[in-house]
Amino acid sequence: MTTLPHDQLEPANSAAPTDGGGTYHDRYQPAHHFKSREHEFDAVKMGVWLLLSTEILLFAGLFVFYAIMRMKHPEAFVHGSSLLDWRWGLINTVVLLLSSFTAAASVRDAQLGRQGWLKVNLFLTFLFGGAFLAIKFIFEYLPKISEGKLPGIWYSYPNWVDANEPLWWGLYWGATTVHASHVIIGMGLYLWLLRRAYKRHFGPRHYNGVEGVALYWHIVDIVWIFLFPMLYLIH
Amino acid sequence: MSSLPGTNPEQASGADAGAHDQGHDEPYLAPKATWLATVVDWATTIDHKKIGVMYLFAILFMFFLGGVAALGVRVELWEPTRTVVDAAGNTRLEGLALSAMLPDDKPSLSDANDLYNRIFTLHGLIMVFLVIVPSIPASLGNFLLPLMVGAKDVAFPKLNLASWYIYLFGSMFALAAAIGGGVETGWTFYTPYSTSTDEGHWTVVAMIAGAFILGFSSILTGLNFIVTVHKLRAPGMGWFDMPLFVWGIYGTSLIQVLATPVIGITLLLLIFERLFHIGIFDPRLGGDPVLFQHFFWFYSHPVVYVMILPGMAVMSELIAVFTRKKIFGYRAVAFSSLAIAGISFIVWGHHMFTSQGELSATIFSALTFLVALPSAIKVFNWIMTLYKGSIDLKTPMLYALGFLFLFSIGGLTGIYLGALSVDLHLHDTYFVVAHFHYVMMGSTIVAFVGAIHMWWPKMFGKMYNELWGKVGFWLVFLGFNLTFFPQFIMGSHGMPRRYASYVDEFQIYHQLSTIGSFVLLAGFLVHLFNFIHSLVAGPKAPPNPWGGLSMEWTDAGSPPITHNFHHEPVAKHGPYDFDDVYPPQTKPGEFPMPEPAKPGEHPKW
Repeated sequence: MTTLPHDQLEPANSAAPTDGGGTYHDRYQPAHHFKSREHEFDAVKMGVWLLLSTEILLFAGLFVFYAIMRMKHPEAFVHGSSLLDWRWGLINTVVLLLSSFTAAASVRDAQLGRQGWLKVNLFLTFLFGGAFLAIKFIFEYLPKISEGKLPGIWYSYPNWVDANEPLWWGLYWGATTVHASHVIIGMGLYLWLLRRAYKRHFGPRHYNGVEGVALYWHIVDIVWIFLFPMLYLIH
Repeated sequence: MSSLPGTNPEQASGADAGAHDQGHDEPYLAPKATWLATVVDWATTIDHKKIGVMYLFAILFMFFLGGVAALGVRVELWEPTRTVVDAAGNTRLEGLALSAMLPDDKPSLSDANDLYNRIFTLHGLIMVFLVIVPSIPASLGNFLLPLMVGAKDVAFPKLNLASWYIYLFGSMFALAAAIGGGVETGWTFYTPYSTSTDEGHWTVVAMIAGAFILGFSSILTGLNFIVTVHKLRAPGMGWFDMPLFVWGIYGTSLIQVLATPVIGITLLLLIFERLFHIGIFDPRLGGDPVLFQHFFWFYSHPVVYVMILPGMAVMSELIAVFTRKKIFGYRAVAFSSLAIAGISFIVWGHHMFTSQGELSATIFSALTFLVALPSAIKVFNWIMTLYKGSIDLKTPMLYALGFLFLFSIGGLTGIYLGALSVDLHLHDTYFVVAHFHYVMMGSTIVAFVGAIHMWWPKMFGKMYNELWGKVGFWLVFLGFNLTFFPQFIMGSHGMPRRYASYVDEFQIYHQLSTIGSFVLLAGFLVHLFNFIHSLVAGPKAPPNPWGGLSMEWTDAGSPPITHNFHHEPVAKHGPYDFDDVYPPQTKPGEFPMPEPAKPGEHPKW
């Protein structure tokens, strides 16, 4: 049997839970087709990793589109990129990195059974996700919409250098909105976790949900780490 | 495996576990008290067997719809469609069998072509996305995979139910688009067809969105199967003790998980392109239409193997059980499934020999020949399994032999098409159409129908009528060859695909093909009535009618109980150890059911 962190963290007399006993995570039984909690935990984790591999391939496709179009129209991409403000991109990178820290901390809290901190960290992760979207929307999307830096048929920005700049904006909007939709899904998942945390669903004996969503959140973060230099920094 | 029951304190002490089992000892098909409760039970079930059966009926219904479209194509091609000018100088359309489907009473040739495009596109889209891709994995895979590895369910049962509803949701998009007027993009959605036909109409977007949504269903099913195979095998079942069906489905699932996301992003960008003209596939706006073809085939070529690998997976079971012989070269067959899955990702360029540079076309042509190796390994191993086996020509075995015959033709003509210089002549002709129908229909659907016959007693607890099964097989087999073999000939003579009209020299081949398609229809109708008859009045099936040795035969009833097994099954023998389990003198039909394994008896291999 593989040794997992929660085996070490669980107190030897697990019959005496620290938070009143009888809560959901103390009573937690794995689904009927699993042999034990560890067995279920392993399976869930493998499933999440496979799901993440599909996310990586989805964005990999997007990156290949970017690379090919950039090779075809370097001037359009260099000029389009210079119209983005890297400082907002940097701030958003920092916000997402902080959210990844709180996501990781929430897993640790669940493993140690720190119910209060668990709720705080889940909420902070949700909040950082919201901050990312707010910054993106208010300081990046709104000005671009008013200036006409938009994809395809809506493009009306007059000061272009290369005729193919609408294509650059098409990819910019495509990539960032696909990423933002992942952030929104992640925020929804954190709300769900928060609700379950209030019902004391998570503890040292059961934290599959917290761990799985945190893994997903990290991938969303890593994708942004790639998007940020691709869109804002390469000139 | 983590631990056996009995050594696990949680399971031993679970007062919960007893309560859990109540009401789960009856067959999974047992109806509830009222019909409404039964419907609700099926609609909300997380039982992999019920989900598999629901998939089976949905797929058969879609197969019927796609088949109707195919017959429409064949009827239309009975005569060439052409515009005729009579003595008075009036023009009229001749040879359009489906003119009743056109609103105009004086249709022009372009109306006729438009209608023809919509019908063959509908046929292709339904058959690929709604029938063949989910066919064996989602229906039989769902039903059999947990039974074969000795699990109570797939790893994530709720996710499984979700992927069933996603399949329904995506199908509705596709059917709505079909009812709303259809699309004429071809099933491949090539740009600029998909960005410029039916301008301003919603059907193309709905159809692309349907394919996008169906992708999620495919990914989630594949993910579920991979985790099930890794984590839920019964005690004593190592990787090389699994039935080869499981290996084939495992390879299929890998492709589904790894290839589908790429088409996801491509279809998303295609929708953006069509709605907002972002320009990525439009040369006028700086994009590249061939880029779409590359991305499409980067997914769709691996998916060609999503279509054939499950058929091969079924074949290994059919051949071994009905020759009652250990499969020849187990490991070679198992690894060739993975090899096919791997190679499938590097050969996509052979779909586009005419739209890429010479060097890359040459490289793709060379790589394409690699696919022949694992495929040939499988075919030779099956033939070696037949050698000196006690072959029992039941309906499933006839289908297995039919597969060997048809897949060999389909596979070898694939080598013609993979050879660059030959393909320049045959590209986009009926030769290609015949080739992929021999593989997709002649192999996958034939294996699917054979598999339905083989596992029908297990799924529904009733036997089917063997005589009518055989009649159905011969009609399907002969009808199939009559339909598609003439297409090889006309293709090599230069008949291009996707045209409603043709020169008179091809008419005899088209008419043979159309006759064949109706023989095929008759064959499927025989099977349909045979199955309905079996459900209504078929004799009760024993747990192991064919003498199979994988766990769904040896350890589960027909039909299985809701929790699949009464005891946790333990692998005591390999899935093909026929000589060890049945003494060689056992007569067919007298297979003793091996003792169910007792929990805690960990075998020594």
